[in-house]
Amino acid sequence: MRKNSSLQKRIFKSWPLYTMLIPGMIYLIINNYLPMFGILIAFKKVDYSVGILQSPWTGFSNFTYLFASNDAYIMFRNTILYNIAFIILGNLLGLIVAIALDTVKNRFFRNATQVIILIPHLLSTIIITYIVYAFLNEQNGFMNNSILKLLNMEPVSWYNTPGPWPIILIIVYLWMSIGYTSILYYSTLIGIDKTFYEAAVVDGASLWQQIFRITLPCMKKTIIILLILAVGRICYSDFGLFYQVPMHSGLLYSTTQTIDTFVYRALLEQNSIGRSSAAGLFQSVLGFVLVVSTNLIVRKVDAESSLF
Amino acid sequence: MITNNKVFIAIQYIFLFCLVIMAVIPFWLLISSSFTTEKEILESGYSLFPKIVTFDAYRYLFSVSGGVLRAYMMSIIIAGSGVFTCLVLTILFAYPLSKQELPGKNFFAFFLFFTMLFNGGLVPTYMVYTQLFHIKDTLFGMIIPGLLMSPFSVIMVRTYITSNVANEIVDAAKIDGAGDYRALLSVVIPLCKPIIGTIALMSFIGYWNNWTNGIYYIQNRTDMYGIQNYLKTVLDSVNVLQSQISGQVGIDVKDLPSMGIRMALAVIGVLPVLIMYPFFQKSFIKGITIGSVKG
Repeated sequence: MRKNSSLQKRIFKSWPLYTMLIPGMIYLIINNYLPMFGILIAFKKVDYSVGILQSPWTGFSNFTYLFASNDAYIMFRNTILYNIAFIILGNLLGLIVAIALDTVKNRFFRNATQVIILIPHLLSTIIITYIVYAFLNEQNGFMNNSILKLLNMEPVSWYNTPGPWPIILIIVYLWMSIGYTSILYYSTLIGIDKTFYEAAVVDGASLWQQIFRITLPCMKKTIIILLILAVGRICYSDFGLFYQVPMHSGLLYSTTQTIDTFVYRALLEQNSIGRSSAAGLFQSVLGFVLVVSTNLIVRKVDAESSLF
Repeated sequence: MITNNKVFIAIQYIFLFCLVIMAVIPFWLLISSSFTTEKEILESGYSLFPKIVTFDAYRYLFSVSGGVLRAYMMSIIIAGSGVFTCLVLTILFAYPLSKQELPGKNFFAFFLFFTMLFNGGLVPTYMVYTQLFHIKDTLFGMIIPGLLMSPFSVIMVRTYITSNVANEIVDAAKIDGAGDYRALLSVVIPLCKPIIGTIALMSFIGYWNNWTNGIYYIQNRTDMYGIQNYLKTVLDSVNVLQSQISGQVGIDVKDLPSMGIRMALAVIGVLPVLIMYPFFQKSFIKGITIGSVKG
């Protein structure tokens, strides 16, 4: 009884602190929690005239409708394959750049490099689309007019040809993200104790031995964690990269459609809320399961780095 | 690592130099295209080194600048009010969470944290905002959804407060008669300036570069578009630009350097961020490294 009253006292005494939490709580409820319950829309046939709450339940028909079409296969395949390519190439390149940054000793050069390769990370997808357009535009683009001409190749109608887009999007992604990933790796790299290297050199270790026996093992934790966290987000994609950069060209769906672009198109362009919300629910639930399970793995690897 | 292998070091320098070039060339193409004459673009495409440098695109742009200027102003209004509200919400939420002894602290922390694990996705979010709160075609649609408070920033601020603001200082202020709000305002916030700067910067870039809220929540009131959505509209169809310009006296639409003008627009769109970048690059890099692996 006594303990209880002291708790009440503490709660009462802290009332100003609770009032501070109110605006944030309201925002989280509106922006995050209401939509969480809203995923149940996927089991409804939305009828705007009666409102969403009054719309009839339809069971799994939205899902059977979604998976009956070829769309589901294409968007899941694209989302996952692109993510695998991004994870492998992005991290590999990031590591190589981080090691290179560590090797060069000229401080001005190193800082300038870091700052410049980070610029693309600063740009909006719209600006990146303009840049890609300057390269790929059929009539005036740099590719058709300069590079392909130099190689004596026929001009390509890029925005109508799905074939090259996996390569284009991977290049654009790497261009956008390389500064970011390399800085992440570099910040752990500089934390490695320099005496390890000194001792290794005394023992006659070669350059490659230093990289493979000291640098990489010391970075193992960071690498594993970044990989696992990326796997946890494998059914999400950068909407802008897949929707805006290919200029939402319908002819490119086979290689540019991902879950996120499908959800947007079905919702706002085709007004097909059923299929859109079914795909969205799939993404949310799968994403949740993956994030939680990958986090459990991270906690096994290194309790300090897990999100929870 | 330690090495005297000159060849290896030289290779690393060359490798990084190539990366720098590759990061810059696409920009250079954008900029040089905006200075190329329309005739040259139509004959030989966008090029890295135009034969004749011209300011035509910019001249046209400024003579009809209504659209751009307005979008610029909107972006500034949206980002300004967004960043301010974001800071208020973030700091107010982070401060109580930094108090170890606050009853129910774990509940609030989990309430925040759970939003990082699970989200409803676009459809329910869109429905909540448009059907429940009716923010379609209002300025709130550009400011509120998604961007106002990020759990990552809250965690960053909370961690900063717990590790950099000693409890004793806050307690001393309280003994002097300050309430929680007073202590937050005159003791904690001044001590948290570096992290607040980083958060403000991240939030500003988030707002400045955002275009998805525009396409989700703005349907008819395109006058509320910020610079990114304006740029998107012009890229999607050059007719938009032509129809704007044909209303102007003394300009023949046929002469419009439509290809160069698009690139000039993009240059103007990135300019503010690029000009400011050298000044904020340090806190930008810091924001990336602390907000990354462990929030």
